[in-house]
Amino acid sequence: MPSLKDLRNRIASVKATQKITKAMQMVAAAKLRRAQSAAEAARPYAQRMGAVLTNVAGGIAPGSGPALLTGTGKDQVHLLVVCTGERGLCGAFNTAIVRMARDHVNSLVAQGKTVKILCVGKKGYDQLKRQYEKQIIGVEDLRSVRNIGFGNADAIGKKIISMFEAGEYDVCTLFFSRFRSVIAQVPTAAQLIPAQIAVNDNAATGAQAAYEAEPGQEEILATLLPRNISVQVFTALLENMASFYGAQMSAMDNATRNAGDMIKKQTTLYNRSRQAMITKELIEIISGAEAL
Amino acid sequence: MAAFHFELVSPEQLLFSGEVESVAIPGAEGQMTILRDHAPVMTTLKPGVVEVAESASKTSRIFVRGGFADVATGGLTILAEVALPIEQLDAAKIAQELKNAQEDLADAASDEAKRAASEKLDQINELKVALGL
Repeated sequence: MPSLKDLRNRIASVKATQKITKAMQMVAAAKLRRAQSAAEAARPYAQRMGAVLTNVAGGIAPGSGPALLTGTGKDQVHLLVVCTGERGLCGAFNTAIVRMARDHVNSLVAQGKTVKILCVGKKGYDQLKRQYEKQIIGVEDLRSVRNIGFGNADAIGKKIISMFEAGEYDVCTLFFSRFRSVIAQVPTAAQLIPAQIAVNDNAATGAQAAYEAEPGQEEILATLLPRNISVQVFTALLENMASFYGAQMSAMDNATRNAGDMIKKQTTLYNRSRQAMITKELIEIISGAEAL
Repeated sequence: MAAFHFELVSPEQLLFSGEVESVAIPGAEGQMTILRDHAPVMTTLKPGVVEVAESASKTSRIFVRGGFADVATGGLTILAEVALPIEQLDAAKIAQELKNAQEDLADAASDEAKRAASEKLDQINELKVALGL
């Protein structure tokens, strides 16, 4: 049975924790709003980009075109770009992405493929390095970046492309968490290289054939494809950011509520043992008086 | 004049979306003006100024740096790498930015920083040329 002082200390410490989690929840909520609007502002560009790419790629013969579109013709070496958060205290956010990536790695390894991993974000690296230290070829640290700009994503995109051009891998897949709502973040895998083009149903119509391109379709594709990769990375980073704050907000909300429950329970326990103590003392006094 | 739909998007945001009468764009193979019912065309962009005429009296100018213009049956879409409305820029500010960029380039220690600084400098120079300063 803990003493009254122990109980008092325990309540005080839980109260302090509750204050912290409450503050973190509010900070996450404020940042979430910003991250969410950034993610939403970037969506039109990514959508148009996809549409334009579909248009252009629909115009060239299947199987031809730059290597970024068609791939190297092999799928022996896989590069996994795993985007996670830089911080913890966000529930299962990082773990969910890492778990998805890990399942992917294991299934690829079981098929006899070679896997390389590029981590974006410290938390994913921390979790993956225990198991796949040798496969990890790099870590991109974005901790010092407060607002993710297109420049950050572009740098990562260029790195991915230069590695592809150096022939270091055949297939590139991006892992991140798509932001659906504050309580729902969906870990997602998106294939970057070879580029996946949405099939346009009306691509076969005559309007498509009349598409003119300046300077030429090949040249446009050659600039469009690397750009598309950077855009996809950028979208992934923004979605991740919004998901992170969403996850953190709900995790901190839970923590605050749990702390509240605990305070209530401990307070009841404290009051009970205080009353029991008083009753005991009274009995002692009364029985002492009766004995006289 | 008949209006058509025009959208200007940069990676960070949607800058313009609406009905316009004509748009002049700096295409890779020359300046061109898009009107309603233009034949579908796709072009890369040079750094330059996009002139948007919403009506005869209401025009706006936007500086774009690189990107694509896509004319389809639905209208014109410009995917710009960098887009800045001209009203937000003035000569003094650009001169200051230019000076900063030159200093950054001189101070850059690593290759990475040097590359970033020289890219910034190029961008400002292109902007100056585009504005005719």
